Amino acid sequence: MTTATTALVEVRNLTLAYGDFVVLRDLNFTINRGDIFIIMGGSGCGKSTLLRYMVGLKAPVSGALLYNGQSFLDADPSARAALLQRFGVMYQQGALWSSMTLAENIALTLEQYTTLRAGEIRELAELKLALVGLAGFADYYPSEISGGMQKRAGLARAIALDPEILFFDEPSAGLDPLSSRRLDELILELKHSLGATVVVVTHELPSIFAIGTNGIFMDAARKTIVAHGSPHRILEECDDQMVKQFLTRGEHPL
Amino acid sequence: MPSDCSFLITRPQPSILLVELVGDWDRHARLPALAPLEERLSGVLELTFNGAQLMHWDSLLLVYLQRVQAACSERHIVFNPQGLPDGVQRLLLLAAAVPERQGSRRDSETPPWIARLGVTGQALAAGTLAVLTFIGESAQAFVQLLRGRARFRRADLLILLQQCGPRALPIVSLISFLVGMILAYVGAVQLKQFGAQIFVANLVGLGMAREMGAMMTAIIMAGRTGAAFAAQLGTMMVGEEIDALSTSGFNPIEFLVLPRMLALMVMVPLLCLYADLLGILGGAFVAVSSFDIGFMQYYDQTLAALSLKQFALGLFKGAVFGALVALAGCLRGMQCGRSAQAVGEAATSAVVTGIVWIIVVDALLTVLYNVVGW
Repeated sequence: MTTATTALVEVRNLTLAYGDFVVLRDLNFTINRGDIFIIMGGSGCGKSTLLRYMVGLKAPVSGALLYNGQSFLDADPSARAALLQRFGVMYQQGALWSSMTLAENIALTLEQYTTLRAGEIRELAELKLALVGLAGFADYYPSEISGGMQKRAGLARAIALDPEILFFDEPSAGLDPLSSRRLDELILELKHSLGATVVVVTHELPSIFAIGTNGIFMDAARKTIVAHGSPHRILEECDDQMVKQFLTRGEHPL
Repeated sequence: MPSDCSFLITRPQPSILLVELVGDWDRHARLPALAPLEERLSGVLELTFNGAQLMHWDSLLLVYLQRVQAACSERHIVFNPQGLPDGVQRLLLLAAAVPERQGSRRDSETPPWIARLGVTGQALAAGTLAVLTFIGESAQAFVQLLRGRARFRRADLLILLQQCGPRALPIVSLISFLVGMILAYVGAVQLKQFGAQIFVANLVGLGMAREMGAMMTAIIMAGRTGAAFAAQLGTMMVGEEIDALSTSGFNPIEFLVLPRMLALMVMVPLLCLYADLLGILGGAFVAVSSFDIGFMQYYDQTLAALSLKQFALGLFKGAVFGALVALAGCLRGMQCGRSAQAVGEAATSAVVTGIVWIIVVDALLTVLYNVVGW
């Protein structure tokens, strides 16, 4: 698979609002193919909200969202559905469908969007579970496994269709440091082997520096992006006190 | 349009089999059968790959390779993935990185019938015990209430009273008016044969006051409010809100169940009285419009047939049914599992349990009233 650094996602002048309340405005950034793009910022700055807009759960007030140069917001339903098949989204709490087993959770999109036979779908589902370290748990219901396992199962569901872009909402929230690190490694490994582009919303500093190759930093007070670039570069080059404080856990002298 | 995928098998050395993957091995492909490859495996010590002709691939290739891998390990043949693309090799490693935990796989065999019978019996016993425990805990909460020590928010009780009472008036009006009409029709057609259609007033009046008013109201409340209680408490269970109450030192039964039971025990008798009145009106409407009975005549006949005692018996039933609906709703809500599926089951189960309890207890009370001679 080619990993030429071309723009995969372009966000232009995006403004997000709940009713009259503007959450974020004038967002401009580009995600390149092969990036691990981190959306950083303090709690409540709208990181997860931005992600919800990027995957089309909500429509912004104004601005454009381009995937491969194709507008996502103006796309007709069939084009949009085709685009959505190339997305994999992992939600904060896993968001597994509670009435289905893990295998059924993964199989649902495969049954819907491919012409594979039932046996192959089952094998694929078991493979995806093995990839996230859940071999043998195919017939468990989400309520029967632990929170960390639910998250990994959520990841297995997100990669069901070998997506081009993987979105993660706070992947390490609620995990212990070791599990969180293993999840980071898993994301890296899957990214390299599947050749996917990864967008991660997080405020976990170890994660940010371990996996991020590009990113943006958002501020709740200014309601927009205050720094662009890879986390290491932002730390070195950004003069903004707030950003420096955040990225050094408040150890940077004011 | 299915993709083209195939393989070529060569044997560069007597002990080595080389598989050359050709074409697109992705999810639009039809995987080739494993048998031709398996046939060539005899006498081979090592299986190697050449991925140079491999165009596009995705997870489906991995599924196939895992099958090949399994076939190799069965025959103790070395599976050498080095000729495969980098990503494929890494994914194969990753899939094998965390071996299956012993005993985690479910066996899908159904146990023999005697075992299933035993399990069902145990579940039934446990369920009965849970119901009795819940009734006991609720009774304790009532004792606390009488001692003035029950802890719940008075504002919650007022909101619940409003939800269980005034908000239910429209549906109770419609149903009881129609039930009164139905009773009148069923009775009047028979009584007319004896020229005694005026006694339809007795039939409707007694039927509504002693029986139908309370029962119909209770069934409406089981469907309307019992299900709502179960869904609400169930959702609180899923969101750990009930755990949060417990750890904050509140008894969830006192805090959540008691006000709900109080609300229904107060409101169901009141609704029941209202239902009696509308049922009698419904009966009067039929009598006056279809059976040539004057309205005042019907009114006088009803007054003569009914005493306060008949209403009191019905209202007592109403209070009991109210408690049953609240118990069923809260019980199923508190028993709810921690998933969206479980919330739905809790709501359904609350309605079913509520209605069963109402009918059973109604039968018992009716027999009791007759034995005592009320």
